[in-house]
Amino acid sequence: MSRTAVIVFAGVVALFVVSWMVKAMVLADVSETNIVDAFMVTVAAFLTLAIYSFLYKDNPYYKFAEHLFVGVSAAFWMVQGFWTTIVGNLLPRLSEGLATWFQQPYQGGGYDLGVFVFPYSIMYWIPVILGSLLLMRLSPQGGWLSRWPLALIVGTTAGLNFVRYLRSDFIVQVAATFVPLFGRDPHPWQGFGHFFSNLDLSASGQFVALLSNWVIFIGVFCGLIYFFFSKEHTGAFGKASRVGIWILMITFGASFGYTVMGRISLLVGRLTFLFRDWLGLIS
Amino acid sequence: MKRQVPLVLVLLFGLFMIFQYFVPHESSEWVYEFLLDWIYIIGIFALALGIWSLYVVSVDKVKTRKHDWGYSYVTLAGLFGMILFGFTARHGDEWGWYLIFVACVLLTVIMSVQAMAARINKGLPLGLAGLFLLGAVLIAVFDDTWSFYFYTQEGLQSTMFRAFFDYIMMPILATIFSLLAFFIASAAYRAFRARNLLASLLLIAALIVMMRFFPYFGENVGEFIARVSSWLMNVPNLAAQRAIIIGVGLGIVATALKVILGIERGYMGKG
Repeated sequence: MSRTAVIVFAGVVALFVVSWMVKAMVLADVSETNIVDAFMVTVAAFLTLAIYSFLYKDNPYYKFAEHLFVGVSAAFWMVQGFWTTIVGNLLPRLSEGLATWFQQPYQGGGYDLGVFVFPYSIMYWIPVILGSLLLMRLSPQGGWLSRWPLALIVGTTAGLNFVRYLRSDFIVQVAATFVPLFGRDPHPWQGFGHFFSNLDLSASGQFVALLSNWVIFIGVFCGLIYFFFSKEHTGAFGKASRVGIWILMITFGASFGYTVMGRISLLVGRLTFLFRDWLGLIS
Repeated sequence: MKRQVPLVLVLLFGLFMIFQYFVPHESSEWVYEFLLDWIYIIGIFALALGIWSLYVVSVDKVKTRKHDWGYSYVTLAGLFGMILFGFTARHGDEWGWYLIFVACVLLTVIMSVQAMAARINKGLPLGLAGLFLLGAVLIAVFDDTWSFYFYTQEGLQSTMFRAFFDYIMMPILATIFSLLAFFIASAAYRAFRARNLLASLLLIAALIVMMRFFPYFGENVGEFIARVSSWLMNVPNLAAQRAIIIGVGLGIVATALKVILGIERGYMGKG
């Protein structure tokens, strides 16, 4: 550790302590737990600044915040998963004893097959066994057993995705592309004469409605042609592909603008935290 | 056995999930609901496996003194600290020895890792780990201002668990995402030069969408830009997104079919 790094570190620690004390004094009138509250706000502010320090260059403070985030978020999701899925949903279905032990309402029951009632609990012991098999991945000899639960997840997800995406990403999208190109309610097509004599360029008018439908139809068609690489993009096919890339560039621009505004909004949120919640410079 | 059983399982469950869609009967919906529950439950076990992997990787990094190995202690402290907060809670407003107990546990973990990593003189870190563990146990036994909660969900509502979420996890997450605003601005500087028609289209579309949120335009201009921006998002954007979605959807369907039929076997790994 160089001397400069030590001096910077000492400065950061001193600044942290001063900030904590000042914030605690400020919060003394409004909060009974002002010391803890001030500590947590100061920690959040310093972590925010540590992440922003990456804009200068990769540094130990950024790495500290990054590694802390990895540990904390992994534990957070595990604890959440344990309490909500395992304790909240699984254990109360496995047995009445476990439900009582974990102070959860027993969610037993069964499926009436006519001849006998098939208990639900059996169906929930299966994923417990499969989940335990998944942990066999840690064993050098029994690692292959972890493929069974993995196969169940992969197979189920693949089957689910097959139907879901075929429907939502293909059939529904294709159906939605075939829009009426010559008007519908509230603008039914009444011929070119009527169209031009009543030309309305307002957003709710017939012209914009028709233009939108044409752009959607041609945009999707030409966009698909652009992504079709099995045929050389020449002649009419090439021209359609060219239109496709124009539409794609507009989309990328619009998406880019939208993303920028989203990130700016987050930046404003963090700056508001620093200047209002931490420094108290804005009301 | 090692490779055939998983292939059969994938085929059976994959085909079932496809056919259940076309059989809207109570029984098939019953099995479908169970299968979705199974995936969630097995997923939690996978999460535990992930946590274990994170622990092993972090310890290994310390052991082998890899680049930036010191930060692995930070990861481990965050990991064990958050787990501890998720299973403990104070009874009232008194803090008692709670934070000292947490510090003792974290120091025990760190000293244990240090002992594992040390090639010589393992005694000191091991002794310190034992000392901190003893301190933690004594506090846990005699301090009655807080308790462990293994049966009920008090840990989720505990002050420190929520504070770590509100003041550590969320600020870092939001800041990392907001950091992208700067990199996007830098990328925009390079990309937004109207050198040709395509770059100009990109520039104009992005500017119109961004200007929608500009507060200093007059009412008429602002409203016009808002309408054009909405039209851009709802019409040309929708058209190209739809073309992309159709392509992606077909790709997912083809991949799913390859997985179900056993052509794609990457999930099985080697061996």
